[in-house]
Amino acid sequence: MENVIRRRSIDANPPRGLKARIMRWEFALLLLFIGVNVINMNLSPNFLNAHHLFTNINTFLVNGLVALPMAYCLLLGEIDLSVGSTVVLSATLLGIVFNATESMVLGILTALAVGTLCGALNGLILIKFRELSAMIVTLGTMILYRGLAERILGAEATGGMRTVEWFANLFDARIGPVPFFFIFFCVLAGVFWFVMHKTVFGRRMFAIGANTQAARYAGINVERTRFTVFTLTGLMCGVSAVFFTSWMGSVRNNVGEGYELEAIAMCVLGGMSTAGGKGTFPGVIIAIFTLGLLRFGLGLLNVNPQTVRIIIGALLITVVVLQNVQRLFKKKPAPANAS
Amino acid sequence: MSLRLKKLVRTREFSLLIVLILLSAVIQWRNPHFLTATVIDSILRNYSYTILMTSGMLMVLLVGGIDISVGSTLALSGMTSALLMREGILPNWWMAYLTSLGVGILCGLLVGIVITKGKVLPIIATLGFMYVFRGLTFFISDSQWVGMMQLLEDFRDFSQGTSLGVSNLIWITIVVYIFVFILLKWTKLGRQVYAVGSNIEAATVSGIRTDRIKLFVYAFNGALAGLSGAMFVGFYAGAQNNIAMGLELDIIAACVIGGVSLKGGQGTIPGVLLGALTIAVINRSLSLTGIDPFWQQAIKGAVILAAVMANVLMQRQSVRRTLARREI
Amino acid sequence: MPEYILELRGITKLFPGVKALDKVDFQLKAGEIHALMGENGAGKSTLIKVITGVHQPDMGEIVLDGKKVSFKSPREARQVGVAAIYQHVTAYPHLTVTENIFMGHEKMKHGFIQWKAMHKEAQALIETLEADFHATDLMGDLSVAQQQMVEIAKALSMDARIIIMDEPTAALTTGEAERLYEITEKLRDDGAAIIFISHRFEDMYRLASRVTVYRDSKYIWTRDVCDVSEADLIQGMVGRELTELFPKPELEIGDEALRAENLSRTGFFQDVNFKVNKGEIVGVTGLVGAGRTEVMETLFGVTKADSGTVYLHGEKVQIRSPQEAMKRGLGLLTEDRQHQGLILNWGIGRNITLAELNQFAKLGVLDEKAERATAKTLAERVGTKANTLFDLASSLSGGNQQKVVVARALTSKLNVLIMDEPTKGVDVGAKAAIYEIMGELAEQGMGIIMVSSEMPEILGMCDRIYVMCEGRITGELARGEATGEKILELAMKKRVASEADTETEETA
Repeated sequence: MENVIRRRSIDANPPRGLKARIMRWEFALLLLFIGVNVINMNLSPNFLNAHHLFTNINTFLVNGLVALPMAYCLLLGEIDLSVGSTVVLSATLLGIVFNATESMVLGILTALAVGTLCGALNGLILIKFRELSAMIVTLGTMILYRGLAERILGAEATGGMRTVEWFANLFDARIGPVPFFFIFFCVLAGVFWFVMHKTVFGRRMFAIGANTQAARYAGINVERTRFTVFTLTGLMCGVSAVFFTSWMGSVRNNVGEGYELEAIAMCVLGGMSTAGGKGTFPGVIIAIFTLGLLRFGLGLLNVNPQTVRIIIGALLITVVVLQNVQRLFKKKPAPANAS
Repeated sequence: MSLRLKKLVRTREFSLLIVLILLSAVIQWRNPHFLTATVIDSILRNYSYTILMTSGMLMVLLVGGIDISVGSTLALSGMTSALLMREGILPNWWMAYLTSLGVGILCGLLVGIVITKGKVLPIIATLGFMYVFRGLTFFISDSQWVGMMQLLEDFRDFSQGTSLGVSNLIWITIVVYIFVFILLKWTKLGRQVYAVGSNIEAATVSGIRTDRIKLFVYAFNGALAGLSGAMFVGFYAGAQNNIAMGLELDIIAACVIGGVSLKGGQGTIPGVLLGALTIAVINRSLSLTGIDPFWQQAIKGAVILAAVMANVLMQRQSVRRTLARREI
Repeated sequence: MPEYILELRGITKLFPGVKALDKVDFQLKAGEIHALMGENGAGKSTLIKVITGVHQPDMGEIVLDGKKVSFKSPREARQVGVAAIYQHVTAYPHLTVTENIFMGHEKMKHGFIQWKAMHKEAQALIETLEADFHATDLMGDLSVAQQQMVEIAKALSMDARIIIMDEPTAALTTGEAERLYEITEKLRDDGAAIIFISHRFEDMYRLASRVTVYRDSKYIWTRDVCDVSEADLIQGMVGRELTELFPKPELEIGDEALRAENLSRTGFFQDVNFKVNKGEIVGVTGLVGAGRTEVMETLFGVTKADSGTVYLHGEKVQIRSPQEAMKRGLGLLTEDRQHQGLILNWGIGRNITLAELNQFAKLGVLDEKAERATAKTLAERVGTKANTLFDLASSLSGGNQQKVVVARALTSKLNVLIMDEPTKGVDVGAKAAIYEIMGELAEQGMGIIMVSSEMPEILGMCDRIYVMCEGRITGELARGEATGEKILELAMKKRVASEADTETEETA
């Protein structure tokens, strides 16, 4: 019998082309990043003062630490609204344990453990109650975790952490003009990039975000991946809490308020689709710095914080609208004579 | 038991009512002053705007959306009419209420347009507007606040006053609830809200203008937030920039406890009313029972989690029951 | 009065990157049942959406009663009496049957909905259809067949002049389909013109008086049904004649590969016993809703069985998840490729390698070159019609999508492969290719379980056939003894008995 299958050759080379590269979101973002810096430089002569600049970068990187795993959550098509509350709870317990035992190492370990536990609890609820969306579960834990911190702290603050010199140096120490914390962040960001784009785990996250059911039927352990990502998010909140306390030296119950919003804004600006399965990590990194430096620049200009808030909110909305417009252009109908 | 009664008992609203009654009973046992007219009146007054806005959020959630900018909308609209009163532009209380309402509608429309025309996910769009509206509140007031004496006297009198022995704010809430209940149950528009949330593709092919429905829902939600802005400023006799921060969490929580599905298409007015009352009781009654008020937030979070998890377990149970009945 | 109640002239519809309709014609006479035939992707569904106003044509004109019209929205089309029953059931799961029927044309009085009147009329419609549910039931609680009946009731309630039925019989049992035929004929006799789309030739012969064939978004021909043979139709739909459709190789059957014993899951299936040997193709058939897919999903570890045992190569196993199933050499190709099989906005290459990423990785780091090489080999092996590995899965036809899913299964070392409706939504040419691959796999000693509702492929491809009905296996037939009649009889077997059961229950 003759073969019915008509076998043809399929090209395995990835598509190349300058145009495709330029049309990508990261490129537009890079232009925005450069634009922000150029304007900053022109408007304020103080902008390029390395010491000053790095001090400021340090402050928004504390929040940026949370944006790294948030990108993974969004990639899975999930969201974690409890990150700010996890930061405050971890930081609170760090302070409490430190003040009770005088041991900073124990305090740091507690913060990391508490963050991980908070994240793991989110993950556990989500995989045991698959019918629930991450939005509602983490909304609940967001209130719960901050509530616990409020219960522990009351209206007081726990402080004195900067009296431990090496701990204060986590945030302050510099190698030349470059802060240790900045280097630490860059290394972490590199690891996050690598895992997302170059590893099996990363590919699986993309698959789950793009089509959870198909991923499950293809033998991917969706629940384990989800649990891992939420636990990792918790751990990073713990790390963020450590650097926050190292920076501020004390903790009040309103610490980390709005961290979730900033982190999500950073990721969305970076091109992470909130529907899941789409986005690139370099975009997120550029967005963290763009957003941070935009704030810094506006601060230099003495723009008051409320206007900054309007600008960032408007930017977030505009960006997503722009991304949608860009997508429309990409899918232009083929001309009638093409087929 | 008659079939109808059986059906009623099986509803989520019924079990929620039981929970609310039990909760009240426990509080009453800890503090006999709880179930008195004064306390109940005070709870309802203080949370009238939360309860009111929950009905707007219900409609947003019904179409499968979400709006976390309502707290900011409340602040912006309340601040707008407060400032206009301070400047002597608004002549009387109802013009002030209308102004707030108008600002709220504008905010809601803007949100709705960005979501429907800009194709932005609701959570992201309203996250952005949460910043924008709050920023605008600070901006227009120049970070100042409007004090009691700068508000119109009849405005304060109305907002703090009563008719037939019941607070005017509670009357407003009751009227809005009746309106929304009728709208959702007996009008085309209301059923289309459910249709859009239940299956948007089906709604599109059957000729429902889904974008318009969504736009209406966000505008309506904005309107209620605007109305609440005037109520809030009048009741507390002053407008600050940071009022109602985090209010959206309470409102969404009330909806979730009231059995509204975040996926759209599911939820009722009696349900969210009970949900909002539960939240109000939790917020208000802890101090009455001698529990450390710093527990309040943690308890609220735990209640939300318990409510949604219990909901899932109940649904699983009902599916299992249906399956067991199915014959093979 | 013009000859045609509805006429489409030179309709062209463009979608991003695709020409869905290319200068297509169509004429509908008053009071006729007109069948539309064509492979998937031939443009039938788009044509319907143009007629109902969901899509607006880029070129061409629509003539209704001799007058040129253009529908800007489904609402406008409905106002002039065009109603459609869509292929994928377009129901509102959270709303009642009544609301599903009346959505968009509710009974109103003083601006308020008249629930009582609507429930009454809905109940009356349900009774004309002899359907077994209530107007106040929630749509989400109904079976697929029942939901289909609601869609039909909806079209009835609209008093439409032109009724379009897109694959209305796909989810129905033979008995229900027969009732649908009667209703359709009655509608025609009452003066409505009906456009009927179906994959089943029997539907067309039973109902339609004329038939129009489309292929590759183009109009082919319109003829009277009585002048058309099946061969003509296939020729028209495929554009070439197919000689040998079922390339079933005659093979030596090997040892037992998989056996299920008394497998049960409450509410879905009961005491299911079957086995498949190496090199054997086993068919599992029955009506839609007989529990076939559910059994396969349980085998594959997606859902848990309440009782029963499964043996792989004689060894008792417990499979709790798909990844465990695949590790043990058991694969499943799902029926719903779009949602459960493929990641539509990914290229075909990554879709193929998804299940076995660790093969291309060292310490969890991917080697994309090796990955692409394997994907290329496999995509070519199954004859995927694509230019590069980066062509999006969504851009492929149903048949080519299925080939990609098959290619993915080939990356794993499988010895048993379950294929759930492998040719559903697949055009005739690609069907043959898929049958050939099945044959090749069996030749290599794989045991294959094919779940299918299509009688010809079950009879043509399988060594043994299990028939299921309402969650039980009602019979097993060998290749030689199986006929269409025997299978149908077994597929309906339990139905009669259970109806008797309910009757005794009710009297008790």
